[in-house]
Amino acid sequence: MKGNPWVRPYVLTSGRTTTRHRLFMHTLVSVPDFDPAFADRLPPEARSLYERAGTTAESVAELSAHCGVSLGVTRVLIGDMAARGRMIINPDTYSSPYDERLLRRVIHGLKEFA
Amino acid sequence: MGLKSSPDSLPPHMTSAKIVVAGGFGVGKTTLVGSVSEIPPVNTEAWMTQAAKSVDPETGATGKATTTVAMDFGRITLAEDLVLYLFGTPGQARFWPMWDDLSRGASAAVVLVDTRRLDTSFAAVNYFENDSDVPFIVAVNLFDGEQTHRLAEVRDALQLTAEVPLVACDARDRGSAVATLTAALTHTMRRTSVGTTPGVLATR
Repeated sequence: MKGNPWVRPYVLTSGRTTTRHRLFMHTLVSVPDFDPAFADRLPPEARSLYERAGTTAESVAELSAHCGVSLGVTRVLIGDMAARGRMIINPDTYSSPYDERLLRRVIHGLKEFA
Repeated sequence: MGLKSSPDSLPPHMTSAKIVVAGGFGVGKTTLVGSVSEIPPVNTEAWMTQAAKSVDPETGATGKATTTVAMDFGRITLAEDLVLYLFGTPGQARFWPMWDDLSRGASAAVVLVDTRRLDTSFAAVNYFENDSDVPFIVAVNLFDGEQTHRLAEVRDALQLTAEVPLVACDARDRGSAVATLTAALTHTMRRTSVGTTPGVLATR
């Protein structure tokens, strides 16, 4: 955990532990228009998440791991920034993780990759 | 292909899929993830802090609970708009709250076993049999590239039902790891295809 060791985690989120958005660990998050001035105004944890997602679309788990912010806090902060239009939670292209088109594409991709 | 969605947003609509790699400590999960991942497996102490109500309904603990879990994950970019994530984490029962979170939204799961210590993977098999809707297969990791036990014996020992596919793999070998992952996805396709699904398979 690289985050601030002196702050209990949910102080960063004003005590909130949930978010309205459904965020799987593998859900991709990106920043539509990176705004350095906005980044400057953010607390350190939110800032590092915002900056990281501003470079490339990454999963919730990657953002959490690379920024050293716990998964729960990462979810809340992403939810906040998404609600303000500062982050995009990439919508699911497929209706279900069992969608046959998705499964076929992943199998095909893996075989190409092997 | 041709599934790219609306061009109205700036970043391409990249979407992601997930396969969970379960199994006991030291059965080769990190090796398997590493042999296919395009990034070195990220080993993170995923620091889970949630209200205990949502973390641990079984113990009835109140207040807040913190669980620290070492988790590995890898990533494979399969297409411009499609990324596959592999998640592996210890399968001990005490991590089950984490497992719910990990497996939610997964397309398939692979329970990796080591025949020298099958018992370390019992909890993971139990979890996917009883507590998860994610279709799973069991893969025997051949540590020295050799099959020391017949698969039928392993199936017996794990008391796997006939419908759970059991395969052998060499987690160190990319081709073998990929074959294991595709076997899991193929199993999901069979389990969930319209008309053959007994009951409702929750997807979320």
